[in-house]
Amino acid sequence: MPQRPAAVRAKDFTEVPTGYTREMAQIESSRCIQCKKPLCVPSCPAEIDIPGFIKAIKDGDTPGAVRVLKKSNSLPAVCGRVCPQEVQCEMTCVIGRKGKPVSIGALERYAADTELAKGAAEKIEKALPTGKKVAVIGAGPAGLTVAADLARLGHAVTLFEALHAPGGVLVYGIPEFRLPKAIVQQECDYVAGLGVEVRLNTPVGQSVTGPGLLKAGYDAVFIGTGAGLPSFLGIPGENLKGVYSSNEFLTRVNLMKAYRFPEYGTPVLRGRNAVVVGGGNVAMDSARCALRLGEGRVTLVYRRTRKEMPARAEEIEHAIEEGVDVRELTAPLKVLGDENGWVKGMECLKMELGEPDASGRRRPVPLKGSEHVIEADQLVVAIGQGPNPLLTRNWPELKRDKHGLILVDENLTASVPGVFAGGDIVSGAATVILAIGNGKKAARSIDAWLKAGNRPAD
Amino acid sequence: MSNDITGHNEAVHLGACADAADARMGFNRILEKRALTPDTREFQVLNAEIASACAPGQFVIVRSDEKAERIPLTIADFDRKEGSITLVVQIVGDATMRLDKLAAGDAIRDIVGPLGHSSEIGKFGTVVLVGGGLGIAPVYPIQRAMREAGNRVVSIIGARSRNLVFWEDRMRATSDEFYLATDDGTAGEKGFVTDILRRVIGAAPKPDRVIAIGPPVMMKAVAEVTRAPGIKTIVSLNPIMVDGTGMCGGCRVQVGNQTKFACVDGPEFDAHEVDFALLTSRLATYREVEKRAREQHGAA
Repeated sequence: MPQRPAAVRAKDFTEVPTGYTREMAQIESSRCIQCKKPLCVPSCPAEIDIPGFIKAIKDGDTPGAVRVLKKSNSLPAVCGRVCPQEVQCEMTCVIGRKGKPVSIGALERYAADTELAKGAAEKIEKALPTGKKVAVIGAGPAGLTVAADLARLGHAVTLFEALHAPGGVLVYGIPEFRLPKAIVQQECDYVAGLGVEVRLNTPVGQSVTGPGLLKAGYDAVFIGTGAGLPSFLGIPGENLKGVYSSNEFLTRVNLMKAYRFPEYGTPVLRGRNAVVVGGGNVAMDSARCALRLGEGRVTLVYRRTRKEMPARAEEIEHAIEEGVDVRELTAPLKVLGDENGWVKGMECLKMELGEPDASGRRRPVPLKGSEHVIEADQLVVAIGQGPNPLLTRNWPELKRDKHGLILVDENLTASVPGVFAGGDIVSGAATVILAIGNGKKAARSIDAWLKAGNRPAD
Repeated sequence: MSNDITGHNEAVHLGACADAADARMGFNRILEKRALTPDTREFQVLNAEIASACAPGQFVIVRSDEKAERIPLTIADFDRKEGSITLVVQIVGDATMRLDKLAAGDAIRDIVGPLGHSSEIGKFGTVVLVGGGLGIAPVYPIQRAMREAGNRVVSIIGARSRNLVFWEDRMRATSDEFYLATDDGTAGEKGFVTDILRRVIGAAPKPDRVIAIGPPVMMKAVAEVTRAPGIKTIVSLNPIMVDGTGMCGGCRVQVGNQTKFACVDGPEFDAHEVDFALLTSRLATYREVEKRAREQHGAA
């Protein structure tokens, strides 16, 4: 996949990978040997007919390729960009055993982008109206998928979204240079075009409530509220000026386009010395945004080593290529401030790796006497995002685990009849494709539940 | 990109087709706009859902146009029958100036609400409500509700000068005792709301509760007046906010030894526990950035 060179791309928010040309797509799709028993399909959380769409590209039929894709995945332009294909379809591709696997993700992106560029969306077949109404809470990847699949099955879907734009992490979390927002809007428009009623600016859990939706006559409810609760370190000084949660930092930059301030009214701090704490995709996104905004250095602090980082290898590489300074085996102790209440540094401890902990990774153990200060005029805490309790705090019947994640069975059915859940609100912060996979599964469960004549309890 | 929006989809908000549909429905349309003071505007906005669901003390997050910042504004009044809410806005920066460009008949692009916990309204006995400057607006619906709940209501409002006072009639009409103070003495008494508050506390009966809303320095001063006499005092905090639903932590404040999010844990808190210095400090976060932008690009 051709990419913009690091020195150039680290100064702006334009997309990094530039995408295939028709010739490249032709060559790459021809590499697929169209296995009779493909090994790639079972690794795809959305169960896409991968050889099917690749063959269509090879035959020069991109509309056909997208039709195959959209049977299983309503957001192919998104997935082609942000899926960790290297640990999914491309990891099990049989060609990959002897050489480079087929670049399935790049091909998905090529097909989806080609069709989006044409403008008018193809008419998708929908089943006859069933007369059933489903409320979907959260217009992120899980909710968008449930809404699209249920709409195609003939149900009347209302999609509730707290923010002023649909997409969830696709708009507020993942930066423009990984996932252009215009693409996200087009994918969302496709979902709305299926007849889904999208109600923006409508958080559920305040005046509109979960139990309220059931009382109002919805036959089923899907909860896809994601991981919208910031995690802080809980160390002294975290409320100093210049300290952001990754959620706030990324929301300002991505959703509110603060990188175009003051043309766009939302400001964001542009540190000369930004420090990001964390090692996941969100930390990489934060670091790479800080790099593009600031005039100086960006340091990433992580308490284990690069090997243990949960971020995609590709994202870590991109970050390092662009100039992010990674400090492994380093953990923050406290945030230091100046006399005006601004962050000026972070006192840290060096760590070493000990025995594995509950996650299976070796536990970081502090090295005594290794206290040192890292200078910082901006700090982004990207150590994880939890479940936002706004929806669930007044819904005691909806069982959650001790972290606040909604408990579901293998059909994604929650503890209240008629209520289903999926995505990060069930799994904890994970990936877009897993949320989409959940969305498909939940749509099937909801459809089956409704067709069996079930009704939520009154 | 053209969307095939079917008939029942009037509430869709995506794309140009949707804007037209919303405008037809009158959603978020400004019914009336008036200037209350040289830099304060009163907007009456059509939004039946928020009007029917809101309670005193709650707020909305508003975005006037595509490029505007999201800002919190307390719901200063609401008319459930008409389906409208009243917002009082002080024009101080980019976001509020963008809002000020809108006129009656225009629609505000995004309004989310009602957000936050509503005020605790009950029969406490004697309740003193102190509104400083813009704070007069958010105090009003709480004051009215306290009166309706059967409390003896003492209203104290203040502003720097006579031309910065507004809604005097409403505050008089919903109180048993009314006081007005201006820094320069051009209206009411010369002095601060805290001077009047001290007098009111000194006179029997001692108030059972004090509610104070205004600039942080005012709320802090009120808290210091009521601390020694041990009067329960509630303040409504106004930190910078982005989403308003607890997902970003931008509005975090320190109350006692805990960090709270003003948008979902507040906006009201026990005044005697609030770290006002931190609130004031964090409110200044973008002052430099915004000042530089104005200098480089000229005032909006």
